Amino acid sequence: MSLAYAAAEQIVEVLKRADTAGPAAVSLDALEAGRHARVTAVRGSGAVARRLMEMGVVPGAPVRVVKSAPLGDPLEVRVRSYHLALRRSEAQTVSVVMNDE
Amino acid sequence: MSSILESPPQADAPAGAGAETRQLVVALAGNPNAGKTSIFNALTGLRQKVANYPGVTVERKEGLWTLDAELPPARLVDLPGLYSLDAASIDEEIARDILTGRMEEVPAPDVVVAVVDATNLERNLYLVTQLLEAGRPLVVALSMVDLAERSKLEIDADGLSSALGIPVVPITAKTKRGLDELARAVLAAVGSKPPCALWRLSPKAEAEVRRLYAAGAPSREEALRDLYSDELPADPERRAAVEAARARLSGSDPQWWQEPLTARYRWIEEVTGGAVRGVKDERPGSTERIDRFVTHRFFGPILLLLVMAVVFQAIFSWATLPMDLIDRAFGALGEAVRAHMPVGLLTDLVVDGVIAGVGGVLVFLPQILLLFFFIALLEDSGYMSRAAFLVDRLMRGVGLHGKAFMPLLSSFACAIPGIMATRTIENPKDRLATILIAPFMSCSARLPVYTLMIAAFFTDVRLFGFVPVGVLLMLSMYLLGIVVAIVVAWILKHTILKAPPPPLVLELPPYRVPSLVNVLYTMRTRSWLFVKRAGTVILTISILLWALMTFPRSAVKPVPDAQEGAAVQEMRETGLEGKGESAPLTAKAEGDTADEGAQLQQSYAGRLGHVLEPLIAPLGFDWKMGIGLVASFAARETIVSTLSIVYNVGKDTNAESPSLIEAVRNAKRPDGSPAWTPLVAVSMMVFFVLACQCMSTVAVVRRETNSWRWPLFMVAYMLVIAYVASFVTYQGGKLLGLS
Repeated sequence: MSLAYAAAEQIVEVLKRADTAGPAAVSLDALEAGRHARVTAVRGSGAVARRLMEMGVVPGAPVRVVKSAPLGDPLEVRVRSYHLALRRSEAQTVSVVMNDE
Repeated sequence: MSSILESPPQADAPAGAGAETRQLVVALAGNPNAGKTSIFNALTGLRQKVANYPGVTVERKEGLWTLDAELPPARLVDLPGLYSLDAASIDEEIARDILTGRMEEVPAPDVVVAVVDATNLERNLYLVTQLLEAGRPLVVALSMVDLAERSKLEIDADGLSSALGIPVVPITAKTKRGLDELARAVLAAVGSKPPCALWRLSPKAEAEVRRLYAAGAPSREEALRDLYSDELPADPERRAAVEAARARLSGSDPQWWQEPLTARYRWIEEVTGGAVRGVKDERPGSTERIDRFVTHRFFGPILLLLVMAVVFQAIFSWATLPMDLIDRAFGALGEAVRAHMPVGLLTDLVVDGVIAGVGGVLVFLPQILLLFFFIALLEDSGYMSRAAFLVDRLMRGVGLHGKAFMPLLSSFACAIPGIMATRTIENPKDRLATILIAPFMSCSARLPVYTLMIAAFFTDVRLFGFVPVGVLLMLSMYLLGIVVAIVVAWILKHTILKAPPPPLVLELPPYRVPSLVNVLYTMRTRSWLFVKRAGTVILTISILLWALMTFPRSAVKPVPDAQEGAAVQEMRETGLEGKGESAPLTAKAEGDTADEGAQLQQSYAGRLGHVLEPLIAPLGFDWKMGIGLVASFAARETIVSTLSIVYNVGKDTNAESPSLIEAVRNAKRPDGSPAWTPLVAVSMMVFFVLACQCMSTVAVVRRETNSWRWPLFMVAYMLVIAYVASFVTYQGGKLLGLS
């Protein structure tokens, strides 16, 4: 087991705790546009949650809400180094913690 | 780099020596938008062919790739774009089946080339981790290297290669940089064994994997797949072991299934952490700056409308010139053949059945080419996803997916490519709902009907002195189709296709300058598919229709003089007084055309028209229009040529020919009243908007849904709606005193 792996695991543990106790944990749809954050948990189950995670939305991934579509839904989110559109209902299942600015 | 258990060597891995004697099979896999198409085109050039996988309309693209001048070229199979091997869509299922050797038509690939977008490494590498687990010889083709360099990302290909344990070849498809290196790497990889999955789960989960291996799973990878995939192993002992393991894991953590996904990404971060240098730019890039306008709250929808307007304009007006040329060319060809062949049934079959049938297919080619030109352009540039992003909220209102937008828009040109395009929709119910409403979009085949009706009754008619009624009617027909489609979609999604609103997880790829080569290739392959797929059906129907209108033949071919008597006789037999009919007949009773009119009346199609008359009279239609309707169920536009034959003006007329328009205006009912009135014309247009009169659509839906149930349901329900709407139009119009 490499050092990087252990370090990543520790970060995720810290983030997980933040999700349950920290005041900074919000769901992705409540994240203000432009704020940088990190995913702490994907709470959904089934095909959508799996697809979200396959697309890189896993605990520890950096995210930023870019904007919402003209009718308020769906959202455009920057994940890792690409842009993803997802509905608010799906964004609700993703917990994030805001980075310190 | 540790792996707990070593997999036994694969039995079917080809020996290095055998590879030279037979054709190698190479599969090209990668995420959508990763640059796979460009690489495929660069590797194969024109040596590619497109077919279908059996039972589904997923395109099967294959080409020949010369790996080495000394060897026979390899078979390069281009897989549909996929994010993961855990299939969510048909495309992904097919790709997985090929990669795992489960697809009968394609032998398991000797080498898999994974195309990885250098500007989006982490997500692209997710598929690579799964491909590594699948255990086939693997080579990574690193695409978009030039773009990565431009955004100051420096990727150490060698470092990446040693971290992944497989060759990594940087490629620039445009300048063909790296293609030779890729060929060499693929040849060298034949028979190799990629390293096992290097990522690890939590100790608890690893213990379960080990336990499953001990319980009979052939390898660590198999054990992992058993534990986490949807399918359970067939063997009852292994199945019991897997179920017990899952129960233990889910007891302590309800999200236990997420572990391999998270673990793969953690490993990817480790790999890229060492191989990528340069600032990881988190500031908005050029794509985001373009999107400030393109998906802007206000300008976004306006731009979308503009784009749609240009596409429409192209399909409806730019395409007419080549369409006319094709139409005329086939007309001339038919005439030439007729002039050089003896008069008789065979000539009729060749000219009216085969040549007219082939012409009827090819006449759509300019529209299909133009439509796919725009679709390819919009898709390649990255705009298409933005369109789905913009309209998703609207589409969801009727229970559809943002991705349904493009198939529906395409259906305005032709429902066939539109229905083919629904395969990007993952949920089968959403896909089916989209397929079932696609034929309501007014396709180009309805245009000749609208044109004829408007030209005959609404030219120069203006509302309030300046609004041309013809244009208004044309627009209303398009709107009618859209409104009915929305209502039907809503009903379908709340009854037989009841399902929660489909999820949307859609990549918005970076904007890229579309490659002209890719666009041209797409046009070529798509139009060829159309010609082949729709062509065979339309040609068959065309011949069938010809037979319906030609048989039974009168025993003695009537001479022009006797012919009119025969027609009158025919009308008496069917209880119609022939007064009104004889006027146009004598006026035009010149040999062939009159012959055809009489022949048509006594043919099966003519008799069918008579049988139908009581049924369609409430819609304002007479038996001659009935013949047109019967014919139009093969393809809508055939009503124009059928009416030309019915009205004895010769069949080489089109919707704008003055003789046909004149004949329609002058056609009389047995009681001497005009057969067509403006109200009848509108009723006819309404019927054509809503009825599914297109054998090719039925054939395509049959293929897409893999059953006769849905296409038959579609024809039936659309016919009912069309009948009711036409009835309401005609009877309602009469009540209002219109005629």
